[in-house]
Amino acid sequence: MSTDTNLILEAEGIEKSFPGVRALSGVGLRVRAGRLVALLGENGAGKSTLMNILSGVFPPDAGTIRLDGREVRFTSPLEAQTHGIGIVFQELSLIPHLTVAENIYLGREPRTATGLIDYRRLNADTATVLARLDLKVAPTALIADLRVGQQQLVEIARAVSAEARVLILDEPTSSLSAHEVEVLFGVIADLKQRGVGLVYITHKFDELAHVCDDVTIFRDGRVVGESRFADLTREAIVRLMAGRESQELFHKTPAQLGAELLHAEAVTLPGEGVGRPFLVEQVSLTLHRGEVLGIFGLVGAGRTELLETLFGLHPERATGRLSIEGRAVEFVSPADAIAAGLALAPEDRKRDGLVLPMSVAANASLASLDRTLRGGFVSETREAAYIAPYLERFRVKTPSLDQLIVNLSGGNQQKVILAKWLATGPKILLLDEPTRGIDVNAKREIYAFIDELAGLGLGLIVVSSELPEVLALADRVLVMCEGRKTAEFSRADATPERVLHAALPDLAALAS
Amino acid sequence: MADSKYTAFFARFRSLLALALMVLALSLLSEHFLTADNGWNILRQISVNLCLSIGMTLVILSGGIDLSVGAILALAGAVAAGLLKNGVGLPALDVALQFTTAGAILAGVLVGGALGWVNGFAITRFQLPPFVATLGMLSIARGLTMLWTGGFPITGLGDSFGRLGTGAFLGMPMPVWIMLALTAVFVVVTKRTRFGRHLYAVGGNERAARLTGLNVSRIKLAVYTLAGALAGVAGLIVTARLDSAQPNAGLGYELDSIAAVVIGGTSLSGGRGSVTGTVLGCLIIGVLNNGLFLLNVSPFWQQVVKGLVILLAVAIDKMNTRNRDS
Repeated sequence: MSTDTNLILEAEGIEKSFPGVRALSGVGLRVRAGRLVALLGENGAGKSTLMNILSGVFPPDAGTIRLDGREVRFTSPLEAQTHGIGIVFQELSLIPHLTVAENIYLGREPRTATGLIDYRRLNADTATVLARLDLKVAPTALIADLRVGQQQLVEIARAVSAEARVLILDEPTSSLSAHEVEVLFGVIADLKQRGVGLVYITHKFDELAHVCDDVTIFRDGRVVGESRFADLTREAIVRLMAGRESQELFHKTPAQLGAELLHAEAVTLPGEGVGRPFLVEQVSLTLHRGEVLGIFGLVGAGRTELLETLFGLHPERATGRLSIEGRAVEFVSPADAIAAGLALAPEDRKRDGLVLPMSVAANASLASLDRTLRGGFVSETREAAYIAPYLERFRVKTPSLDQLIVNLSGGNQQKVILAKWLATGPKILLLDEPTRGIDVNAKREIYAFIDELAGLGLGLIVVSSELPEVLALADRVLVMCEGRKTAEFSRADATPERVLHAALPDLAALAS
Repeated sequence: MADSKYTAFFARFRSLLALALMVLALSLLSEHFLTADNGWNILRQISVNLCLSIGMTLVILSGGIDLSVGAILALAGAVAAGLLKNGVGLPALDVALQFTTAGAILAGVLVGGALGWVNGFAITRFQLPPFVATLGMLSIARGLTMLWTGGFPITGLGDSFGRLGTGAFLGMPMPVWIMLALTAVFVVVTKRTRFGRHLYAVGGNERAARLTGLNVSRIKLAVYTLAGALAGVAGLIVTARLDSAQPNAGLGYELDSIAAVVIGGTSLSGGRGSVTGTVLGCLIIGVLNNGLFLLNVSPFWQQVVKGLVILLAVAIDKMNTRNRDS
């Protein structure tokens, strides 16, 4: 037991695995009354997983959580809430067509003697909470009519009004204005005064000096540093976040650069109403035959949107110029992009990449079915004969071609997607997080395939939020932050620190 | 274990087993059930529902729903009957067009296809949910039928048209011929053409289909157009069999066809199922209705039993899907 008297919440030895990935291994966290602990780490380091465990979204595989020294086990967010743990999620979880007041008190509405909702008290209480956050909206306003920043404040108001003893804030300032951030910091100071323990996740270093007391640094599902904020320099923090034992996963073959394959100039994608005005802003890039271009950035940097725009998914909104092998092209649909020799393996395989009710063969042949028709009709024999070599080439492990794709492991599903695209004879492969959620052996195989395909003269763009992955694979690294290209490094110049500096919002200006 | 062909086979096998058990039980319970005449009866009775249900299968496989097929059936039948009986006058040109039987049949199918196309257009162009778009069309087509007929049946359509409903060829009733031909065509379309494969892909994962370069809108437009045209065919059969176009024909038929599709193992969330499953679904409903009638069960109870069969079929299907995904 700790001698730390201010300790409210203590997690120890937390383990969590998802199919194919170990998200947390033996992680601990201490939250003290009246202090704010910042969780720092790259995307995928395990911060959000830990927050989900602490707030009861899912249970840990092993480890203990102690609240006031007593071991607790939450089976639902509601249970965590009743124990005084509040959380503000990064993604908004408000109900758009209910009012501000109804959202803030959802599930704990004040009732009248007859059991109906006491709207008078509901709205009065809400007005008090909103005043504390200096949020000038009516309690009866609909959430849908609010700006995103205001919505985020309502979310914070909900957590604050629950009088939580531990409040977790997951990137709470991502869409707040400067004034709103200031107000939030005031609220945080006030909560500290009242003895609330705070956990704060952020990528914005300049915020830390205003609110932070302690830091806990995550990397690859482990805690790699724990200290008082005052004892650490920025450089020390970045080194802890980025530095790691060199992963001997893969040895890259030196690239044989060929002619220019793809050139994009000033690619811009405006946002859709809410959020940032531009998801992608004035990004230019060049890709050669035999080259692997890595794109690194944190979540929300606009990497996926950039690939989607190149692939012709946003013809009505996007601007910019594109040329393939020196010829200007314009894609109004993915079909155009595919015809020009592009292929996209999307980030979320289940949502965007696979047709889950179909077989391995049908998924693999979907983009090249035309090449397997016999007299205009589908022939399963010819289809299998055409697609099997591609599946073998990527060593897809499946009991049969008729196996449903949903039964394959993540690594094998990704290989099926690679086979599907290679069967179209592409020139350019766009790979969005190609190793997300797959195990280390399959990862190694995918790396080798990427290397091999580059050796065959294809051009590849690999988007990843795993820094070591980008550094291991890429001939050149393009770094994005908040929709803009902030830096571009040759393989030799791309050190982890420099790349990460360029990817972090307030440091990006220094790096470029 | 979860090989796609085996799961499809077992799903089919379950429906077949259910059908066989029903036939066996009814044969024991009623001496009138297992006779040639009654067999043709059942087939004739399900022919209209099967025409609608084949179209509904395409729509549901694509991830949508079509509530307008019953109303389109009525309008297509009424238009064909009206053109056949009265022709159409073009006062401006001072001509009155007379329609042959073939012309009227073609017009009926075209009307159905055109309204189906409008459904598809509303769904793909204006992004209306299929439920809403086709609910609107249900009302529009029913209203147009009333306007066209003035609310009265159009009767006395002549022998050559009537043969479509009551005639026979090589000893087999015409509606059964039509039903078999359409089944054969659409089994091939769904299983052996590029369009069919793309249809499954769109219903299974529309986003993935779009990212693979499929023209999702064109596929959906084709699906709803086909569903409308098939409803037109069903309308012709109904009209010819009664020798009369009833303004209220096809009322609620959309629900029967959804039931047949669902009992046949096609998933309402799209991408999973088959035309052959739907044929079994229609047969199960047909045999059930016929058997309960022969056993003098009240029609009210027949509805209750049909409802229970739907719930049972989908519950079994769900149980299997859950086992597979875990």
